[in-house]
Amino acid sequence: MAAIRPSTTPLLSVEHLTMRFGGLVAIDGLSFKAERGDITALIGPNGAGKTTVFNCITGFYKPTIGRIALAHSAQMPPHAVERLTESGRRWLDRAKGGLFLLERMPDFEITAKAKIARTFQNIRLFTGMTVLENLIVAQHNALMRASGWSLLGLIGAKSFTKAQAEAIERATFWLDKINLTHRADDPAGDLPYGDQRRLEIARAMCTRPRLLCLDEPAAGLNPRESHDLNSLLRYIRDEHDTAILLIEHDMSVVMEISDHVVVLEHGAKIADGTPDEIKNDPAVIAAYLGVEDEEESAVEAEIAQLQSGRTAEGTP
Amino acid sequence: MRGPSITQTATTRDTAPHTRPGVAAAFFDALKTALLVIGLGTPIILIETRQSGAVVTLHLRFGLLAALAGIAFAARLLHLLVIAPWLANRQPLRLAERIPRQFKTWAKRAVIAFVVLYPFIALALAGKGGAIKWIDNFGIQLLIYVMLGWGLNIVVGLAGLLDLGYVAFYAVGAYSSALLATTFGLSFWLCLPLAGILAAFWGILLGFPVLRLRGDYLAIVTLAFGEIIRLVLINWVDFTGGYAGISGIPRPTFFGLPFTAGEDGFAAFFGLQFTPLHRLFFLFYVILALAFLTNYVTIKLRRLPIGRAWEALREDEIACRSLGIDTVTTKLTAFSIGAMFGGFAGAFFAARQGFISPESFIFMESAVILAIVVLGGMGSQVGVAIAAVVMIGGTELLRELDWLKQIFGPSFDPTKYRMLLFGLAMVAMMVWKPRGLISTREPSIVLHERKAISGDLVKEGHG
Repeated sequence: MAAIRPSTTPLLSVEHLTMRFGGLVAIDGLSFKAERGDITALIGPNGAGKTTVFNCITGFYKPTIGRIALAHSAQMPPHAVERLTESGRRWLDRAKGGLFLLERMPDFEITAKAKIARTFQNIRLFTGMTVLENLIVAQHNALMRASGWSLLGLIGAKSFTKAQAEAIERATFWLDKINLTHRADDPAGDLPYGDQRRLEIARAMCTRPRLLCLDEPAAGLNPRESHDLNSLLRYIRDEHDTAILLIEHDMSVVMEISDHVVVLEHGAKIADGTPDEIKNDPAVIAAYLGVEDEEESAVEAEIAQLQSGRTAEGTP
Repeated sequence: MRGPSITQTATTRDTAPHTRPGVAAAFFDALKTALLVIGLGTPIILIETRQSGAVVTLHLRFGLLAALAGIAFAARLLHLLVIAPWLANRQPLRLAERIPRQFKTWAKRAVIAFVVLYPFIALALAGKGGAIKWIDNFGIQLLIYVMLGWGLNIVVGLAGLLDLGYVAFYAVGAYSSALLATTFGLSFWLCLPLAGILAAFWGILLGFPVLRLRGDYLAIVTLAFGEIIRLVLINWVDFTGGYAGISGIPRPTFFGLPFTAGEDGFAAFFGLQFTPLHRLFFLFYVILALAFLTNYVTIKLRRLPIGRAWEALREDEIACRSLGIDTVTTKLTAFSIGAMFGGFAGAFFAARQGFISPESFIFMESAVILAIVVLGGMGSQVGVAIAAVVMIGGTELLRELDWLKQIFGPSFDPTKYRMLLFGLAMVAMMVWKPRGLISTREPSIVLHERKAISGDLVKEGHG
């Protein structure tokens, strides 16, 4: 890591994460951290296990080994994570700083309590529901409470009407941000691909996450849309209390917006650092260019030689 | 989604322009069809076995087979030369969008007024003797199925959970209300909510183990549950009376006034002349109120977070979980609320009949209710009501076709053709309206302008 950070509890810390599917080891002892206010990118060749890491963090898979801790507050008492782990409980309340052991929680609780939202590689919108409905469904838990688990809502209580108006307000706020207000009442399945991608991000943001996990948000976008996406993600990072963890193949997106890059290959971490460090990391270049294991040391030496000659500006 | 959008449907429905085939080609095609009918019909229509005593003789019915082949020939020719070109050139019928909104609200009011006044209309048109049949068979019977259809619509249409054993909850409602009434002497008005609660409880009990299954697996297990309930009703003779069922279920009373000819009866109290029609009128309005309640609650719930979560669940369960929705609880609420309305309908059924037996709760009933929901258009309240009227009213109408006996002979029984017509209706549906009578979806919340959502985009759910 280039930047030295004050010793606070990171937002997300993944430790010794291992995921086996039968005999196949998809992730092998992976550890990394995602800091508050950062855009952390997870990159690697196809099949490196990036989406599996996402599925472990968001509770869709139960990791075989490992701990995934999410801390809402930066000032955690020392050893809070260890104490929580030993206690056998799943989380500490928000009053005590909000600490969550994600590997112990089911998927919907991770979004509802630990405040992690995610998008999917193949877009998963509610295609038969309108754009607005998609954003309102995302605020389900808050609205359920406001509707008194439907009882207050059935009699049309004022508190519920007010909560619903607020939910619509939040939805229109995000619709404005993604320039889809004029299509609010159209079915989500009718939107063009790029708009669907942005709507999925807006829907995830409507859950008010602390950590937003994006699985290849730029896949299938044209350069202009990709540019818009960059500014949307920067806006989320800068103006909201939301850090971003993203998987991406599009290096123009990764290098431009991320503050921190983690590189995976065959389920293990091969590099971790700022985008500039990653660009010049020989192991990363080898992984991306596909070098045989035996030749790797030779290639590394060659790269080192080249780098000493001139300032490398090569893309990985 | 691969389906075309709303705006495109009108233009892209038929991709290739349909040209009228040559007469000669059509003739040969029809000839092939006729030959196919002869080939298929030879074993099942041509050869008839007649048994007299121990002797079986074969009769060959050449005339019948030739007639059928001729019909097939003519029908195929007609289809190729007239119907197919007409269908291809016709603009698809888009009634829902062409009718102005104002007309829709007036039509809705007119239908509600007709339904509310229906017993009086029936009385005026059919007289005292004829009205019984019209109110009982066409009114009350139909409304029970409308209510069951609306109840199942919550589970299948909104939450997208394919439930093939819905009749189980109908049975739980009927038996619990009948047993409570005969054993503890509780009145109908107390049995009704209790039956609903018990059915909902059974819905939760079944839901817990079952709702982790999806799609076909869920359908099979719910089917099995329906059968288990029926078999328990048959075999637990001490409790349920077995095949004999439960009889002598007290009839509902009008605030304590029974519908009897006696001194303290309803008629005597109001100074009216006694007639069995009073009870029918009363039952009609009770089931009408129950059906309206089901409809009202469903429409209300659809616009609440829980209803939106049901529909989101039908669209994409994984996305729901990623948004923090507890899918198990959400499915359970859909299952139990649907079951509760089934239980209400069952309690009403028991009180109306005065007698119940396992015969009334066979799988066929589940299939009919599911067919109503599917034919109506999954999720559409109006569609389900229309489908119930067409399917149940249609089968009742078959009983009215006695005059056909004059044509086909005295052994002709039109009600025997019920299932055949059922099947034909289903096939026709698959061809012309694959997403049900009303396939568009109304959004549950609107920012600027209310637009119907094309059925092509709405998913059916898979568990």
